[in-house]
Amino acid sequence: MNGDEACCEGALAVGCRFFAGYPITPATEVAEAMSRRLPQLGGIYIQMEDEIASMAAILGASWGGVKSMTSTSGPGFSLMMENIGLGICTETPCVVCNVQRAGPSTGLPTAAGQGDMMQARWGSHGHYEIIALSPSSPQEMFDMTIRAFNLSEYYRLPVLVMADEVVGHMNERVIIPREEDIEIINRRKPTVSREDYLPYEADADGIAPMANCGDGYRIHVTGLTHDERGYPAMNAKAHEQMVTRLVGKIRNNRDKIISTKNFYLDDAEVVVVSYGISARSSMKAVRDARNEGIKAGLIKLETVWPFPEELIRSLAPQVKALIMVEINGGQMVLELERSARGACPVSLVGNYGGAILHPNLILGAISKAVKGKT
Amino acid sequence: MPDKRERHILITGFGGQGIVMAGDILGKAATLYDHKHATMTQNYGPEARGGACTSQVIISGEEILFPCVEEPEILVCMSQEAYTKNVKSLRPEGTLIWDTDLVHTRKTDMRYKTFHIPSTRFAEQLGTKMMANIVMLGFLSAVEPLVHSEALKKAIMDSVPGSTKDNNLHAFNKGREYGTSIIKGLVKAEQAKHQD
Repeated sequence: MNGDEACCEGALAVGCRFFAGYPITPATEVAEAMSRRLPQLGGIYIQMEDEIASMAAILGASWGGVKSMTSTSGPGFSLMMENIGLGICTETPCVVCNVQRAGPSTGLPTAAGQGDMMQARWGSHGHYEIIALSPSSPQEMFDMTIRAFNLSEYYRLPVLVMADEVVGHMNERVIIPREEDIEIINRRKPTVSREDYLPYEADADGIAPMANCGDGYRIHVTGLTHDERGYPAMNAKAHEQMVTRLVGKIRNNRDKIISTKNFYLDDAEVVVVSYGISARSSMKAVRDARNEGIKAGLIKLETVWPFPEELIRSLAPQVKALIMVEINGGQMVLELERSARGACPVSLVGNYGGAILHPNLILGAISKAVKGKT
Repeated sequence: MPDKRERHILITGFGGQGIVMAGDILGKAATLYDHKHATMTQNYGPEARGGACTSQVIISGEEILFPCVEEPEILVCMSQEAYTKNVKSLRPEGTLIWDTDLVHTRKTDMRYKTFHIPSTRFAEQLGTKMMANIVMLGFLSAVEPLVHSEALKKAIMDSVPGSTKDNNLHAFNKGREYGTSIIKGLVKAEQAKHQD
């Protein structure tokens, strides 16, 4: 199956039963698969009038107690930004899959891009933390959509699956595990009485148990700054408290959230960092470099946000160079550079989208870097 | 250079001919029934039908990292535009396959192995030209055995609507029989290819 279909199957396997979306290349096949599969499982599929409404619908469905998601690509992702912020502020679990194409604007609808990485981090207004994953294959579309739901349910926020056109449209074998082998995490439910329940009173780890609409608990959901009751609290102190918790529940759990796959790092002199489809080209280049006797390594980012800052900071003084490989003009490379703190040269292998990066291009950059040229 | 253990196939034509579906079926046969690794990626334009379309298939015994086919060893052309655009990418020792009625080839490089079949005409005779891609797969299975023909048949049965399964099986067999007959008289077919 292709990556988009695998995303749908992963979502269904982890219990998603509501999808609202608007078709857009190259994410249409997620919606198409959902429209076919959800009714078979008693779920609901709605094609909304646009992506703003799609995002709003999945937030509402989540408050109704159903795991929900949407899928889109660049132009639709832009429209979803405001309501992604609403999801963060109201702490609403849901998943957004962005199958990235080449932008800006309509750009190249049928060709790959990875240009929405900073938008994923900062696209909605105000200060917040986000979780974003980046799959490199249809199998990872399946696996990471499951993890995205689990993270969203646990940490209570919209979690982003930042795929790309090649991964979305590529057909490969996908192995679907037995039902009992799939880890499913569901949102924490209130344990106190109805009288004592405060919808935004967090446990010690910063995460508040969530009562769904209709569970019998009193809830109030607003995008305004709110207090523990969920009621608007229009002052700086309440705002500081709320945002500190929204940010803290992610920042303080970075070690549990961040996931990378590291290859040949032990003796590596040049380390390539990449994600999504670019990580596959990078892996080919790193293996080719090893065959030429160059000590190259690879960090494949499974979570792109939060960024593995600590790993990079400790690695940078031990290597000759770090290279970011991504299909954009330099986005995650900024984060790599920041995390390396000047301890080694950092460079970019990238393009503005439309074609995936060739392993030979990356191999060339590795060869140059190992000789001390960047 | 692509990995030597990898087989690189490029299927080309225009949107609506089932180019992507043909690649999908080939990949399914390789992965699900022959238990190999395969990737299929596609290129197409923003048009729903009629635009140039390619399906790139890689089959390997090992994990495939870079999924693009740059220099195919097998090139299947289902339209004139696809032939003109892609023939230069074929490896020197590669196999060129085309639809007899839809592609007019120039004098090809003598190092190529060449085969052609009126796949669209055969499909029309069997009921619908929509099955030209399946005829072509049958033909491909005879002239370039990449996967077991039984695996291909199973993958076709998985991929086509229930009411059309029998017809598609006929289409596959038609292509395969035609291919087998050419292989048996290979020299004659090779002679015939440069008549134009």
